[in-house]
Amino acid sequence: MASTVEIALPLPVLPGGWAGEKDFKPVGQLSAATDRNIEPVGPHFLAYARRKRHQRTFSEDERIQAQSNVKKVEEEDPDDVDEPEDPVMLQREAKDWKSQDHYAVLGIARLRHRATEDQIKKAHRRKVLKHHPDKKAAAGGDEGDQFFKCIQKATDVLTDPVRRRQFDSVDEGAEVEPPTKKETQKGNFYKLWGKVFEAEGRFSNHQPVPKLGNAKSSKEDVENFYNFWYNFDSWRTFEYLDEDVPDDNENRDQKRHVERKNQAARRKKKTEDTARLRKLVDDALALDERIKLFRQQENAHKNKRRLDKEAEQKRLAEEAAKKKEEDAKLQAEKEATEKAQKADSKKAKEAAKNAAKKNKRVVRGAVKDANYFHAGGDAPASQIDSALNDTDLIIAKIDHEELAALTSKLGNEKDAGKIKQIFKDEAERLIAAGKLAQADVKSLA
Amino acid sequence: MSAQADPAQRVAIGLSFGNSYSSIAYTTGEGKAEVIANEDGDRQIPSALSYVEGEELHGGQAKSQLVRNAGNTVAYFRDFLGQDFKSVDPSPCHQSAHPTQQGDGVAFSIRDTEEDKENTIPVGDITTRHLTRLRTSASDYLGKNVNAAVITVPTNFSEAQKEALKSAAQGAGLEVLQFIHEPTAAILAYDARPGAQLADKVVVVADLGGTRSDIAVVASRGGIYTILATMHDYDVSGFKLDQVLIDYFAKEFLKKHKSVGDPRENDRAMAKLKLECEAVKKALSIGTTANFSVESLLGGVDFTATINRTRYDLLGNKLFAAFTRLVTHAVEKAQLDPLDISEIILAGGNSHTPKVAAAVRSGFPDTTTILAPSTSPTAINPSELPVRGAAIQASLIQEFELEDIEQSTHPVVTVTPHLSNAVGVLCISGDESSGVFHPIVDAETSLPVRRTATITTPREGGDVLVKLAEGSRHIKITKPEARPKKQDDRTEDDSDSEEDESEEEDELREKTWKVGNTLSEAAIRGIKKGGKVEVQINIGADLSVNAIYREVGGKGGVRGIISGQKANGST
Repeated sequence: MASTVEIALPLPVLPGGWAGEKDFKPVGQLSAATDRNIEPVGPHFLAYARRKRHQRTFSEDERIQAQSNVKKVEEEDPDDVDEPEDPVMLQREAKDWKSQDHYAVLGIARLRHRATEDQIKKAHRRKVLKHHPDKKAAAGGDEGDQFFKCIQKATDVLTDPVRRRQFDSVDEGAEVEPPTKKETQKGNFYKLWGKVFEAEGRFSNHQPVPKLGNAKSSKEDVENFYNFWYNFDSWRTFEYLDEDVPDDNENRDQKRHVERKNQAARRKKKTEDTARLRKLVDDALALDERIKLFRQQENAHKNKRRLDKEAEQKRLAEEAAKKKEEDAKLQAEKEATEKAQKADSKKAKEAAKNAAKKNKRVVRGAVKDANYFHAGGDAPASQIDSALNDTDLIIAKIDHEELAALTSKLGNEKDAGKIKQIFKDEAERLIAAGKLAQADVKSLA
Repeated sequence: MSAQADPAQRVAIGLSFGNSYSSIAYTTGEGKAEVIANEDGDRQIPSALSYVEGEELHGGQAKSQLVRNAGNTVAYFRDFLGQDFKSVDPSPCHQSAHPTQQGDGVAFSIRDTEEDKENTIPVGDITTRHLTRLRTSASDYLGKNVNAAVITVPTNFSEAQKEALKSAAQGAGLEVLQFIHEPTAAILAYDARPGAQLADKVVVVADLGGTRSDIAVVASRGGIYTILATMHDYDVSGFKLDQVLIDYFAKEFLKKHKSVGDPRENDRAMAKLKLECEAVKKALSIGTTANFSVESLLGGVDFTATINRTRYDLLGNKLFAAFTRLVTHAVEKAQLDPLDISEIILAGGNSHTPKVAAAVRSGFPDTTTILAPSTSPTAINPSELPVRGAAIQASLIQEFELEDIEQSTHPVVTVTPHLSNAVGVLCISGDESSGVFHPIVDAETSLPVRRTATITTPREGGDVLVKLAEGSRHIKITKPEARPKKQDDRTEDDSDSEEDESEEEDELREKTWKVGNTLSEAAIRGIKKGGKVEVQINIGADLSVNAIYREVGGKGGVRGIISGQKANGST
């Protein structure tokens, strides 16, 4: 890669007496270099960058590059395989070219519509080298050049893009029969139908064709797939199957008749093909487990919503019932306690009443014991009357508890003075409390 | 569309985005760069966008809107990208939408929708729209979705500007593979031509553009380019050439229609003048006369005139001279002599003008090749130079991972030591005083380098001495012997004028080599009659020299290593 400088001026003659170790004598050193930025542009820079980044020297890099280049050349022709030739095919007559399988004739039946133009050319060359009539004649075989003509015909058809499409349209070798229902039920739906759709996809004007996918494909992909196939845009034509149009100029009517017939046949076949494809897709759709699965999922989804709703309602109803029950229970309890309380209070009241009665009796008894607060001898009737009145007044003025207290104070007091004192105290207390007037209790004065 | 495309899916183009014009190019299967024409058939697409009732016009269509719809037409915005408002020069936009400040950056206020209100669009968005249109044109032309590009930028484009351009390109769905400098792209365009010789040379790329002139002095060494010096001038430009013509025609108009007024004082008339003058300028690059014709230039007066090339050359003389001066200055800045320059590549639209090439020609010796359409029939269209270079670079790197490209363009890789002196052999005599130095590796060659030279030997063969030495270039100025001697005595106090006029023809400038320090000596013994000696020199980045000497066709040979100054090794 380094350019060579040609210098026309001659080199000097070695002076006598010059000597150096191995004829070389270093004398000086290069002066200091300046650092500059080189422009990262161009093939030579790329080579430089490669050397620098991989730390290679010039010669190393050259060697490595050369190696990688060699590899590329070798890898270029991996499909140089010779397909076995069917002996029946070799016996073909060139005039029956329309019915021959052009791909098989050229030995590229494995590639078919996928074969590139380059591959076809190469295959043709290979076959020509093998089947050239001159070679056969030299080998002493029969001099039939029929198969050679077949090869030429096949190349003619396949190298012309229009005619190649016509042939591809009716190429039976590339067709894949749709599997029967029974076959698909064995669980290899995707494998079998995938092949069918792949083969049908070669007619599509829109490439790439979506793949059938597998059981895990998303709903969107599956829908896309079927939408694509229901709106399939095919370039398939049936011109290849046309009846030969008579080539002579004599019978124009006949010619037109055949042409019309061909046109009609093409149209019919195209319609049939469209219908066939439609049915094919219908079949596949019917057998596709994923569609069922998606429907189920959708239903499940819908059902789930409904069930959720119902469950919610049920739960609410249950809750309401429970609440009602609890309320009733609480009510009943309350009533029971109230009843008990009522009964209790009645009893207590009774008891209190009885106690009060008893107390009153004691108090009155005490008054009597105190000789009606009369100081000596039998109390006159008026004294008795006023004392009893006063006592009644006091009793009426005080409540049960005070009465009880009073009773307990009186206790078994027999001493009249003391009893009188107690009554006096009581009366004073009541007077102080403002419940009794001084004038009311004259007997205690 | 993802900007980070898979390298295998990448469709890359070269894109040159200039202030006035942009262009797009791709590389054909045979490695030839082809410039793509847009829908209007333009290869040079004006960098302009115009909005009419919400409809976006681009390129030539937008440019013609400068007359009627100047306020909604954005043009000459490239240099605003990534700059803050303070540092931009809005003068080229005088006749289109004016730049306004938005934050720190630059924006344009235009009515870009059907609604009757002004929107402020930052210059980055404008660039994105412009690049989107370019990308669409390229995609339509190629029939493939273009998603990557190599974009050319001036040498003084800052990192911020590159970053802004990069994000604008990403917005337009273009992955920027690399930014390359316009002058290097131009050289690459020439060097990538089939059959181009990769000699060691110093090239000047002189770009006379619409709004600015850029000069770069580049050392090209075996296909590796090093920029030695650059010059930028915003005064010497195609605009100024237009202005010269505008003034001329305006004066002509005034002469004929005095009462109507000066067309330069009316915006619309000025826009019309400007567009027509640009067309006239282009026409004068091809023909020797051109018609100037504008309908209703001012006050409903139609104006037609003709101009011939000589007149134009005279009118623009000052600018042409300034341009030549600029080129010479750049060479001086690189510390070189005009004699060192082996090629001058004229780029930019205005380099079509024959006088530009002639003016530059006159400033340089005959050894310098001027590559312009008027001086060399094989010259590439100067307007297309950068974009072609970019397209070639795009085809070279489009299969690389972005990371790979980044690593390769990193300073670690690109900064290299360059030889400060030439290295060569001494011929004829081993003695330094009488030997003739002949360079094998030129100065400013990036290291490491490998060069091979074949040298003839004395006629009778025998033993020879190969002496490697450093040499520095020297300009020998000889005055013709006879006349100047006499003149010198006489003219010492005489008039200066005589000296001036005779100076150029009298002086004889020659490029010679001065032998510097000797590096090594080697002997090759017993060479056959008429044999040749091959010398291969490998200079490493550490300045060590590995030399191999052998007779061509002979066996064995001598090998020697001169160790370098380790301390100086920069890498």
